[in-house]
Amino acid sequence: MTTERERRFVGPRRGQLIFALGFLAVSALLLSQITGQTTWVDKTAFFAQPRFWPAIGLGGMVLLGALHLRKMPWRRFTAQDRDELMKWARVIEFAGWFMAYVLLVPVLGYLPATLIFVPLLTRRMGYRGPRMFWLSIAFALVVVVVFKTFLSVKIPGGMIYEYLPGGLRGFFILYL
Amino acid sequence: MDLLLSSLHILMRWDVVFALLAGSVGGVLIGAIPGVGPAVAIAILLPATFSMDPIVGLTVLLGIYGSSMYGGAIPAILINTPGTAVNALTTYDGYPMTARGEPRRALSLAYSSSFFGGIFSVLCLILFAPVLAKVAPMFGSREIFLAALLGIILVIVAHKGQSLIAGALAALGIFIQTIGMEPVKYTQRYTYDQPFLQSGVNLIVVVLGLFALSQAFVLLTSEDEKIRTTKLRGGLFQGLRELGRHPRVATVSASFGVLMGMIPGVGEFTAQFMSYTYAQRTSKRPEDFGHGSSEGLIAAETSNNAVPAAAMVPLLALGIPGEALTAMMLSVFYVHNVVPGPGLFQNQMDFVVALYIALLVLNVLVLVFLLFATRPLIQVVKIPNRFLGVCVLTLSFVGVYSLRNSASDCMIAAGFGVLGYILKRLDAPVVPIILGMVLGNIMEVKLRAGMARVKTPWDFIDRPIAFILFIVIIIVLVSHVRRIWLDRRELKEAEWQTKTRSTRFGGLLSRRKNSLLKARGKTVRGRHSLSHRQSTDQN
Repeated sequence: MTTERERRFVGPRRGQLIFALGFLAVSALLLSQITGQTTWVDKTAFFAQPRFWPAIGLGGMVLLGALHLRKMPWRRFTAQDRDELMKWARVIEFAGWFMAYVLLVPVLGYLPATLIFVPLLTRRMGYRGPRMFWLSIAFALVVVVVFKTFLSVKIPGGMIYEYLPGGLRGFFILYL
Repeated sequence: MDLLLSSLHILMRWDVVFALLAGSVGGVLIGAIPGVGPAVAIAILLPATFSMDPIVGLTVLLGIYGSSMYGGAIPAILINTPGTAVNALTTYDGYPMTARGEPRRALSLAYSSSFFGGIFSVLCLILFAPVLAKVAPMFGSREIFLAALLGIILVIVAHKGQSLIAGALAALGIFIQTIGMEPVKYTQRYTYDQPFLQSGVNLIVVVLGLFALSQAFVLLTSEDEKIRTTKLRGGLFQGLRELGRHPRVATVSASFGVLMGMIPGVGEFTAQFMSYTYAQRTSKRPEDFGHGSSEGLIAAETSNNAVPAAAMVPLLALGIPGEALTAMMLSVFYVHNVVPGPGLFQNQMDFVVALYIALLVLNVLVLVFLLFATRPLIQVVKIPNRFLGVCVLTLSFVGVYSLRNSASDCMIAAGFGVLGYILKRLDAPVVPIILGMVLGNIMEVKLRAGMARVKTPWDFIDRPIAFILFIVIIIVLVSHVRRIWLDRRELKEAEWQTKTRSTRFGGLLSRRKNSLLKARGKTVRGRHSLSHRQSTDQN
């Protein structure tokens, strides 16, 4: 049966205990390294010490994280917590897709990398029809044209562009 | 008059006009797509605006900020799904109107109310600007430190029932901004001798991770929904007439929006809650609220659209952002060496007024656009969730990578994306991290500068504004502690009432210890024991 404390807790139960424990553990670990990772400068006022603000931040994280954990109405892990952990782990796959895209752009160039990345990920998400394929191609093109060609955002040309002939090479590096 | 003319001169450029158009139309589109929202769009577009003039870049971002709530009302009313988080209250009265066959009336009323809220707040602030210009120079380092401290405290206490985790996440934000080379003594802080950490963790990288990438992950892991939209017939002008029948509700709601928008950390939700409660209490038909009340819809939409212009006040006058969107805009100012704060009001008042005029024009543009383009616009709510996730992930790359062309930045952003995803799954707040970073940096700089001239603690608050801010901080903290104490007492009572197991006698005596030891308790017990003995004697 749900207790009054559980009912008043803001948010779902699944994953709360894991997050609170993890947050507290990381905060405590960082705080334990404060003397090695920050410096105490002699003849400097207390509030101007380089260590002062990291101490405020980490102290707040440990103190408030511990209070949050203490106030939590649950003390045991359940199967739902384990399932939630698996859900969090699933997201790492998409973070991996993102990083692969990031590493591909300097090699293949912005336009080719985007033209490969968007349709591939669209397919991975279960859209197998030709309509979504062409939609993803169109989206990739629009993104590159709007940001690189018109808004001139700073994305370097790909290494592969070096093999293009003179005039085309300059155009690709500047605009695509 | 000269001020107005020079402000108009700033705006009379084709790129500003184009930015206004792009911002307003783009904002409406983004607002109308559930699951994207202005924070994601602003985060993605931030680096692209760095190459523009400050006025152009800020106009695009302001356009998105100011017009997204207009667009967010469309799915809130038609499919009971708010386009942006602040349109949640619009579903209460908007969707019941659609359910009873009045979607056109609900939409036109929402547009008209939003328009009134937007225009009202901009006019208020244009009139209020000269006062601000006089007050802003009274803010020195100490006052700005105290205002930032107040902002961070308000953000934490505004998360009712979650203030501990909100505080912990704000502290995380404060810690993150300290990472890297410290600029005064040139010492390393938590860099672990890694070169990529020496320049610190960029605010935009964190913003993109927590808002854009995390939202992409949410969308990529969600299911596509079948959405049925209602067909709209007829014109959309009747809302303006209907709004005219409720001037009191509209004006009071807009005023709440302006006031709440100016207070850091409070924002749209509190303004909406206060306006809606006021409208319901003063209505002749309070029973209609939540079932398609026009007054309820006016209160919700007017108050949330009055906030964006007001939220620019602490940012422009003091350089202190009150919420995540204005925190992102602060970085545009810094990139262009335009330092928001008292100096901006003294030296570049025309720039400030130009921004407000841009907001005024923006509201007119959005209203005209919506009155004629609502029908085709409805189709954007049909974009499948997971494909939207692919789009957001692709666009996030532009935002992060174009900053410094650094793969390390992208990795940090991906890490914050995972953290943001976890926080969203837990219903935990993300905004305190961003405000912790921005306000933490302001507090560090201003405290160092302010303490240089302070000999005793009292000196820190010996100026009128500093003293008032200090008192307000104390009041906020005391009222929060009081609220926690009342909640705790209420919880104890509720637990006592629902308790099913037998009560321990020792526990009962312990709770009544004071009563048992008091003289009055002794007298009563003495009388009872006497009457008890008498009755025994009689037997």
